[in-house]
Amino acid sequence: MWGVIRQKMSTGSSSVLVLGQRIRPAACAFRNYSSPAKEINVREALNSALDEEMSADPTVFLMGEEVGEYQGAYKISKGLLDKYGPERVLDTPITEAGFTGIGVGAAYHGLKPVVEFMTFNFSMQAIDHIINSAAKSNYMSAGQLSVPIVFRGPNGAAAGVGAQHSQCYASWYASCPGLKVVAPYSSEDARGLLKAAIRDPDPVVVLENELLYGESFPVSAEVLDSSFCLPIGKAKIEREGKDVTITAFSKMVGYAIKAAEILAKEGISAEVINLRSIRPLDRATINASVRKTNRLVTVEEGFPQHGVGAEICTSVIEDSFGYLDAPVERIAGADVPMPYAANLERLAVPQIEDIVRAAKRACYRAESVASTA
Amino acid sequence: MAVWFSRSRTIGYCLRKKLGFFGLVGHESSCCFSPSFRHISSIRQIGGSYGNPNGFLNDSAIHFRSWRFESSTAETQLDPQYFQEEDDLNQGLDFPGGRVTFTSELRFISESGDKRVPCYRVLDDNGDPITHTSFAQVSKELAVKMYGDMVTLQMMDVVFYEAQRQGRISFYMSTTGEEAINIASAAALSSDDLVLPQYREPGVLLWRGFTLQDFADQCFGNKADCGKGRQMPVHYGSSKHNFFTVSSPIATQLPQAVGVAYSLKMDKKDACVVAYFGDGCSSEGDFHAGLNFAAVMEAPVVFICRNNGWAISTPIEEQFRSDGIVVKGRAYGIRSIRVDGNDALAVYNAIRTAREMAISEQIPVLVELLAYRVAHHSTSDDSSKYRPVDEIEYWKSSRNPVNRFRKWVERNGWWSDKEESELRSSVKKQLLKAIQVAEKTEKPPIAEIFTDVYDHPPPNLKEQEKVLREDIKRHPKDYPSDVSL
Repeated sequence: MWGVIRQKMSTGSSSVLVLGQRIRPAACAFRNYSSPAKEINVREALNSALDEEMSADPTVFLMGEEVGEYQGAYKISKGLLDKYGPERVLDTPITEAGFTGIGVGAAYHGLKPVVEFMTFNFSMQAIDHIINSAAKSNYMSAGQLSVPIVFRGPNGAAAGVGAQHSQCYASWYASCPGLKVVAPYSSEDARGLLKAAIRDPDPVVVLENELLYGESFPVSAEVLDSSFCLPIGKAKIEREGKDVTITAFSKMVGYAIKAAEILAKEGISAEVINLRSIRPLDRATINASVRKTNRLVTVEEGFPQHGVGAEICTSVIEDSFGYLDAPVERIAGADVPMPYAANLERLAVPQIEDIVRAAKRACYRAESVASTA
Repeated sequence: MAVWFSRSRTIGYCLRKKLGFFGLVGHESSCCFSPSFRHISSIRQIGGSYGNPNGFLNDSAIHFRSWRFESSTAETQLDPQYFQEEDDLNQGLDFPGGRVTFTSELRFISESGDKRVPCYRVLDDNGDPITHTSFAQVSKELAVKMYGDMVTLQMMDVVFYEAQRQGRISFYMSTTGEEAINIASAAALSSDDLVLPQYREPGVLLWRGFTLQDFADQCFGNKADCGKGRQMPVHYGSSKHNFFTVSSPIATQLPQAVGVAYSLKMDKKDACVVAYFGDGCSSEGDFHAGLNFAAVMEAPVVFICRNNGWAISTPIEEQFRSDGIVVKGRAYGIRSIRVDGNDALAVYNAIRTAREMAISEQIPVLVELLAYRVAHHSTSDDSSKYRPVDEIEYWKSSRNPVNRFRKWVERNGWWSDKEESELRSSVKKQLLKAIQVAEKTEKPPIAEIFTDVYDHPPPNLKEQEKVLREDIKRHPKDYPSDVSL
């Protein structure tokens, strides 16, 4: 919520972001007891969500490579094997097609599997089971085969991992009816959306982000409660504004928020929407925002063609064409397989400055033109 | 010095003992290729009579290749003795997976055994029981039901195939030649066993009580179809009959079967999971993953392979170079058997036993049923384009599983010509009526386009339905009048 902005403002305007860590006043401990909000990182949020859902429902079980003994490739499932045993935390052989198929079969017969992909790049080896079986079975069997399964794992670019470990699969999965696709940003998102996904009777793809795992966010007591849940299909307005709407999901939400701060100093009030849910897309919230601001910038890390931004743009044209005062700006990753070299990688992924420039273009405010507030 | 504990049964040694007990390994067993299998004389005999996987083909078969039966070293059987003498356990080393003894002979395991894995059968081609075979007797009631369902299945295929040719349904797949596989395997299972089919096993549904009208309704995609007209013909599914809806991509059902078994284990029922698949399916990655996982997870799955020699136009020697599917079981640590798929009693016995093993020992079992796909792959296929017509005719007549079983049933005094003609005329009437009724039945209502995509229809689908209905109201002439709203 506002917690993030409040935190930033309290540390002064020149806070520096170092890959997920914030430099805070030395007096603050990691758990900041002096302020009302507790902080947890996304990893802890996911771990606690898994733990609570497995505790509440004995049919929920976790399956994937390295999730058990190794405590999870990214330590998301830390401690779960010890707590729940090997029947509920399964280390699988290296076969995405195999264990995804097994998960689908188990879901057919009443269990609730949570299938972890080490990264969604590897889910490509299992995509037939996800699309042709998980997504379509309920429909094709006329409701006889329901698939209450969750597919989760890191999605999108990390840092220096190259093309086969960096693609964003949001638009791949979000194009398929029968699936639900969510992309958490903050710890609250992570807890709420993963819990909702596990409880959902439909197959849900949860697109996490490796670089966000270590990032901490303040969470309220309500979020920490084991019954906490976020609705799938509702976006969140991270920051209200009136001049331009910026939509984003996952890591790009953080970038969009920072871009909004920079824009604020230049007199542009940006509204940042954290999509949270890619399918179903919260068209209502997006359109209401665009009708207010009349300008739209979509931000995503993935490839531009057939991406999430393309879908958002079309939905706004369909519902709110008359309200647009400027063409929709689409910020996406470069249309190339992700290069490895650090300088090239940086250029292949949207940066905060790209979002700022796009917002200014949407406001007809190019760099060289003097600002008119 | 690390000592690796073997978690798996030590292969070969224990397995041989167990298989020997069940009389399933071929040394002493009386089951063997019947003289009617024709061996092409052009096979080079070096390396033993590997046999001709296309032995059933005429000599004029053009796609037979003999070069691969040469083997350099004398490896004797498909169930080889890896060592000359008894294992000297002192001369070994612990490796991951268990203890391995050493040998100073630089010897490669041959790519093929000297003999093919023999094939279990009970009745010979004339329907006479082969003496000294082990099989449990079936009662008159069971035998008559089995035979009756085989005839029904056979006739259903003919009538529905014709219906497709007449343009009344869009597509059909027949099981001609595999009636014994379908019905006898279903008869050996219990109704609690969960079946994941490929697509050529409607006989299992028939056995379990799916009516001819149910089949017709699915093929016509009308509103009585329990699949709500969502799938193309022959993609049956019925949770009531524990028959998972047919899914077109090949082999996906194999790892899914393991997942179902994983869940079933927790139910602790006297039931197992049964996954059917064809010879071509063994090439898919999911086959490897499914079988491998089943063994690792000790899943009670009976994997039933219908090796019918063809995957559309791909004959099995272009599909794999192993001795069929049965030998692949050992590679995964799975108990396996090869059975004559045209022998209803052999199929019944083998599946019954496999099922008992799967449930009592909580292990996967692989059963390869050898048969021949007399049918074309589907109504979109004309198999005379890639195989000789007289080969198809041969299997349709001389190797017909229905006739063979009929002879046995008749010889027991349980069936007669009179009953045969009564059954056939009754079934034909029922089939024609079922088709007529199905054809006239309304198609599913518009609302069913949008249901079951998700558990609850999301707002965008509700909106789409609203828009569609408004459109139909405004332009009724653009929409069919026989679809209810």
